[in-house]
Amino acid sequence: MADQKPVWQEMGLTAGEYDKICEILGREPNYLETGLFAVLWSEHCSYKNSRPVLKKFPTEGKRVLQGPGENAGAVDIGDGQAVVFKVESHNHPSAIEPYEGAATGVGGVARDIFTMGARPIAALNSLRFGSLDDPWVRHLLSGVVAGIGGYGNRIGAPTVGGDIFFHSSFKGNPLVNAMCVGLVDHDKIVRGQAAGPGNLVLIAGAKTGSDGVHGCTFASEELTEETEAPAVQRGDPFMEKLLMEACLEVMEKGHVVGIQDLGAAGLTSSSAEMAGRADTGLELDLSLVPIRDEGVTPYEMMLSESQERMLMVLEPQDEEAVKEIFTKWGVEATVIGKVTEDNIYRLRDGDDIIAEVPVKALTDSPVWYPEQREPEYYQQLRSWKPDNLPVPEDLSLVLSQLLASPNIASKEWVYTQFDHSVLLNTVVGPGADAAVLRIKGTPKGIAMTTDGNSRYCYLDPRRGGAIVVAEAARNLSCVGAEPVGLTDGLNFGNPEKPEIFWQFCQAAEGISEACRALDIPVVSGNVSFYNEFKGEAIYPTPVVGMIGLLPDASKHVTQAFQDSGDKIVLLGKFVPQLGSSEYLSVVHGLEAGAVPELDLEQEKRVQECCRALIRNGMTKSAHDCAEGGLAVALAECCISGKLGATLQLPFEGREDNYLFGEVQSCIVVTCVPGELANVLQTAANSGISSLVLGQTGGNHFIIQDQAGRVLIKQHVEELDKVWRGSISKYF
Amino acid sequence: MRFGVAVFPGSNAADCYHIIDQVLGHSVAYIWHQERDLTGFDCVILPGGFSYGDYLRAGSVASLAPVMEETVKFAEQGGLVLGIGNGFQVLLEADLLPGAMRRNEIPQFRCHDVFLKVESNTLPFTNRYRRGEVIRVPSAHGEGNYYIDHQELAKMEQQGQVVFRYCTEAGEITPEANPNGSIENIAGVCSKKGNVLGLMPHPERCAEEILGNTAGRRVFLSILNWLGINQQKKVIVHG
Repeated sequence: MADQKPVWQEMGLTAGEYDKICEILGREPNYLETGLFAVLWSEHCSYKNSRPVLKKFPTEGKRVLQGPGENAGAVDIGDGQAVVFKVESHNHPSAIEPYEGAATGVGGVARDIFTMGARPIAALNSLRFGSLDDPWVRHLLSGVVAGIGGYGNRIGAPTVGGDIFFHSSFKGNPLVNAMCVGLVDHDKIVRGQAAGPGNLVLIAGAKTGSDGVHGCTFASEELTEETEAPAVQRGDPFMEKLLMEACLEVMEKGHVVGIQDLGAAGLTSSSAEMAGRADTGLELDLSLVPIRDEGVTPYEMMLSESQERMLMVLEPQDEEAVKEIFTKWGVEATVIGKVTEDNIYRLRDGDDIIAEVPVKALTDSPVWYPEQREPEYYQQLRSWKPDNLPVPEDLSLVLSQLLASPNIASKEWVYTQFDHSVLLNTVVGPGADAAVLRIKGTPKGIAMTTDGNSRYCYLDPRRGGAIVVAEAARNLSCVGAEPVGLTDGLNFGNPEKPEIFWQFCQAAEGISEACRALDIPVVSGNVSFYNEFKGEAIYPTPVVGMIGLLPDASKHVTQAFQDSGDKIVLLGKFVPQLGSSEYLSVVHGLEAGAVPELDLEQEKRVQECCRALIRNGMTKSAHDCAEGGLAVALAECCISGKLGATLQLPFEGREDNYLFGEVQSCIVVTCVPGELANVLQTAANSGISSLVLGQTGGNHFIIQDQAGRVLIKQHVEELDKVWRGSISKYF
Repeated sequence: MRFGVAVFPGSNAADCYHIIDQVLGHSVAYIWHQERDLTGFDCVILPGGFSYGDYLRAGSVASLAPVMEETVKFAEQGGLVLGIGNGFQVLLEADLLPGAMRRNEIPQFRCHDVFLKVESNTLPFTNRYRRGEVIRVPSAHGEGNYYIDHQELAKMEQQGQVVFRYCTEAGEITPEANPNGSIENIAGVCSKKGNVLGLMPHPERCAEEILGNTAGRRVFLSILNWLGINQQKKVIVHG
């Protein structure tokens, strides 16, 4: 057959890459070796397209104990404790097999956390789907939500937050980004290093099958209607929990030199990366690997993505003690090799050497610098002006339409399927600006959130990227927490298309700018390219998961209005605009215009002011102005607090602009009348604007213009009904 | 007074342990599922979670564990046994409590607060509540749809074995207040002698100020109260 592709090409390597491999080895690689290179040099494992761009992120800070490059990042939270966290995508598996795809995503990132010696204490997720009107999308969403719950609930860590956004660009390629947060003492952090020649390499957990072979090459291609699913891995959360308890016990007893989970590219990547980090060599005998089915070939064994497996390096004298702990938990653990000092990655099948390549050749993949080009839509869409846009007659109706938009509506249908109260740490659960967990045995708390804005990032990836960071930090500040670190999940289309790579670079620039200005280091992350369906890319979607610290967990607030007669104050410079807003999309069917301005210096001051007010007990609620603008933010405070409010807005210009236009760096807070002067003074001292908008009370949500004309008047219970029932009515 | 919290693989045993150890300051130990010695325990708690993954009917595998054989004997001798969530399912599977559990009527896992009406306050587990009191308690399960046939149900009602029912905030027993389809809104039941209680919602998740709700703490205080009084008087539960 003349047109049969060579093996290396079938496996996803380019001609240039194959030549390079031959040059390094001084010979042609055999089939197995070619497979090792193909997976480790895939974008999914090597970040060959994204590495130079990611290097620009600020990754250092006084609290950073572990930055990018390990299984997860770690940040100091005082008292010798650290939080360990990471976000990971499982987009393509979830598009094919929503339940198992999402479930194994949750399991994978949880392993990244307990691999560091940390006990998972919380999970979050960031989801993107097509329109709910589409039955296929509903099928995907139901499956993904059930999968996240089915796995997360069983491993006994609460799912406390997340974000979800619906847009047609995600119809065939949903995004499922899972984040996990763990807690560990500084001196118990374990790293993924195969150090110490002579030490043993042990595989623990599930047996190895042929499932998920080529998972990472699958992740590095676009989806089409003809895409055949490589057996998507199936998760076993019960095995995960046993594996977790056993690993944590082994690590607690100090028996582990290095450990890494078997994720993408399974045994290949975990073992090669561990040797690469420790600058050692490794020798594995594949005939010792416990296999699930007869006939699993060495090639499949190396590439299998069977779930719930761990690779551990230990000193020979600890072997018996380690095996005893695994046996107690009913988990199989087998020594399959040893660490060597020759920097060679050597695989045996019994006595036969079946692969032999330098470790560094596998782990130091070539770097690509793809071409980038500003897409045509960019200038065209951002020049849109609202001048010819009619102002709707019935603004109460517009408010209802926005509250019913699945992007704004209550996400209860999603998050009530997740256990969010297990482990007894959840002080503020899902549905808030950020979740708050207490740290047992201390007064302190940690807050966490995931955030993203796909529409902003499409219309202006650079500013959109910066806004994602600013919003996440603002959400933490709204519960009283100071941001201490973030993890990013960068979801984009095919980077070989110059317009897509431009979006990626721009968004990364924006993220870096905001991180520097707000002094928040990036400690871990994940890149997911090739999110396309039938050649159409998703809206570029960088999401961030951010962690904040509260010295006293009891000193937090939520968005809910608390008591009648409280004063409602807007912090920050209010310069709303209609471009790129949810209002423009929902009511006028347009996605265009400039993305809201972001002044990072102002942002920082507004957040500092908000945190100070909360810590000093001066404010009783706080909520940031986000999608849907000021009117939606205020309505959400009323709904959460089951309390009305009357507001008189002293703004000029078109009403839809100041009601529903979107703005950055603005937070709505409330206080008792006696504290008002102090609140305004604190804002002035922080160098930010503040404005009294009205007071809480009654059963109605009433907004008047500066002349006292009623623009919106609705019963809070009615708003609640519209907002709460919008997503669940689809199911 | 000494509490034991059973640990099946997949249990969330740390939660109840924390309440007894850190919140109430009483003696507590984990009991591994393969253990057979319950000497010295006054109350055994079967915690929530997914024992053995619950891939089969929830609680069915756990009910066959060695620790359950001993728990059955312990209960027969009048020892206090409290099953929460998965622990309730295990108690049903072990025949320590009457009835059976089905998947929720809407077949989804659901996590949210529910309101419970305390139907009996004479038990070792409820004596610190008022009869008819309404409490808000976190609930988190996918298989909490309690069922028992009408004849048996009538007997249970008569013998005061229905301990908690799902209700509205105002205390009404309505279909809307029923989160999982349980017959007669039943959320918790006890054994004939009253020394074994199972309930689906989680009192241990609402037993501390910082978590915003302390309604569940009195389940544990009731046990301490009961054990305190009855250890002095050397009385066995329900005669």
